[in-house]
Amino acid sequence: MEKNPDTSRKQNTHSDKIFKLAATVAGSFVLVIIVLMVFQLISESYPIWEESGLSFIIGTDWNAVEGRESFGALPYIAGTLVTAALAMAIGVPLSIGIAMFISDAPAKIGGPLGFLVELLAAVPSIIYGLWGLLVFRLYFQEWVEKPLHDLFGDSIFLFSGTPFGLDLITASVILAIMIIPTVSSVSREIMKAVPQQQREAAYMLGATKWEMFKLAVFPYSKTGLIGASILGLGRAVGETMAVTMLIGNATGISAFPSSFFKPSQTMSSIIANEFVEASPASLHLPALIGVALILLLIAIVINVVAHVLVTRMMKVKEGAINN
Amino acid sequence: MSTTNEKRQEYRALFKNNVKKRLVVDKIVHIIIFAFVIIAIIPLASILVEVFKNGISAISYEFLTAIPGSIGSGEGGIGPAIQGTLIIIGLASLMGVPIGVMSGIFLAELGDNKLARNVRFFNDVFMEFPSIVLGIFAFLVIVLILGHFSVWAGAFALALIMFPIVARTTEESLKMVPITYREAGTALGLKKWVITFRIVISAAKSGMITGILLSVSRIGGETAPLIMTILGSSQFFSSMDVPMDALPLRIWRLSLLPYESSQLQGWGAALVLILVIIGINMAVRYHFANGNGIIMRFIKQGVSTKR
Repeated sequence: MEKNPDTSRKQNTHSDKIFKLAATVAGSFVLVIIVLMVFQLISESYPIWEESGLSFIIGTDWNAVEGRESFGALPYIAGTLVTAALAMAIGVPLSIGIAMFISDAPAKIGGPLGFLVELLAAVPSIIYGLWGLLVFRLYFQEWVEKPLHDLFGDSIFLFSGTPFGLDLITASVILAIMIIPTVSSVSREIMKAVPQQQREAAYMLGATKWEMFKLAVFPYSKTGLIGASILGLGRAVGETMAVTMLIGNATGISAFPSSFFKPSQTMSSIIANEFVEASPASLHLPALIGVALILLLIAIVINVVAHVLVTRMMKVKEGAINN
Repeated sequence: MSTTNEKRQEYRALFKNNVKKRLVVDKIVHIIIFAFVIIAIIPLASILVEVFKNGISAISYEFLTAIPGSIGSGEGGIGPAIQGTLIIIGLASLMGVPIGVMSGIFLAELGDNKLARNVRFFNDVFMEFPSIVLGIFAFLVIVLILGHFSVWAGAFALALIMFPIVARTTEESLKMVPITYREAGTALGLKKWVITFRIVISAAKSGMITGILLSVSRIGGETAPLIMTILGSSQFFSSMDVPMDALPLRIWRLSLLPYESSQLQGWGAALVLILVIIGINMAVRYHFANGNGIIMRFIKQGVSTKR
């Protein structure tokens, strides 16, 4: 009686130890990869930091010709931030509108609509890019850009330039379209997490539907909705292909986003465009890797903030159900 | 009753005024929200319609199997791209799925400590990393060291995108298995890993397969990390050490050519890609979520024979 459990425990510990070790190693893999990635990017981009130092971040020249090399990433950082901000400004209200509509519509309409939106979250960005380049650009140029340019082109600097379709605003609108499925499906989940009693209480006070959202849903899901939007921001910042195909791919100072109708460049698109041609021997490759490092750091900050907010919201929800 | 008739009239008027304003605001918001939905749905629906409309005319047997013809001729097809996408998805799954599943097991079964909480958090953060940065990482650790473009590098980059998704869905579906299953295993004197692999996983299988298929559909459309790892080519697969083609890369190259025939081929390739990805997604959602589809029934039978 005494002996048997002992031996079996010994066997247990032996094979279970291997199992636990394997699982722990696999689990820690993600941490190792993140550390390794940041380390690799820093060490491989070291030459450019050594050469230009801080002027790599605040510089605006971009010249890869041998002998006259100079690299400044500011236009691309600005391009990324401006396109992402514009995409948020357009996409987030639309997404939250869709989430409100779906969460409140009868199941017959809300179900298929939610399904369509989630399906579109699965469409690869290259297809958004293809559609943007071959279909959307032409309509957008004809119906939005040209009228705006004719109206304000001379007076407001934002609308100066030639409305050619391959520019900052087209890329931003495509980004907005791309983040709508993500943001609206997360927002819908968060609005669903608001307890039904809250809505009923608001209705009982005589609130209209809009007042119900204002009184019961928004205060309750504020954190989560902000988190969902920031998640969309993270996606917009890292998005590559569709932007590369539509932003016009200017380089250097001319890529600085000063007008809606000007070709520009983002961090991810300059990498996609120039990475394969960059020679490892020159400063070009370290410069591009430096851009990638900046992009990664921005993405990490955005995503950490978003996840902290979303998880806090979800914790609130669990607490509400338990109590 | 102390309220006189006049007072009642007054209250009614106040109430009507108040309600009228609020109802008007409500109506306006309704219209705005509805307009938002329409504005957002038009482009999203247009994407699907355009891809199907333009792509269908490009599809033929030759288009699906032949190598690309000379640029702008409109001949040839996307055979190498389809083959390359299948190869790279297979290789990435070989690397990504085991790590993802083990990591998910770690989170679900041993995940009650500080390390696991950190892993869970950074797993979620890692899932949203820009894929192009993962491509650069694969380039630095594989392509730069080997000195040539390599299929392994592409597969590694895609595996990095894949494993956090698999890990998260595995964790979620393992957590759905009732604790009594594990207790029953422990009562039989089974070891922890036997319980996990034989009992818990076979009960959580459908959720795990869902996660794996969703991650496959995600990496199938990834383009950015492939640019700097497998580069793209117009020949069929010959060795792991030379550039290879993939569907998203082919779509990118075709769409940038100024010829109508190339763009038509691009639509055709996009249709093939979208059919595969949306096909996987639809199948997963329909069959696994409802619990009464063909795959689900099959899995249920599999589980019930084992019990």
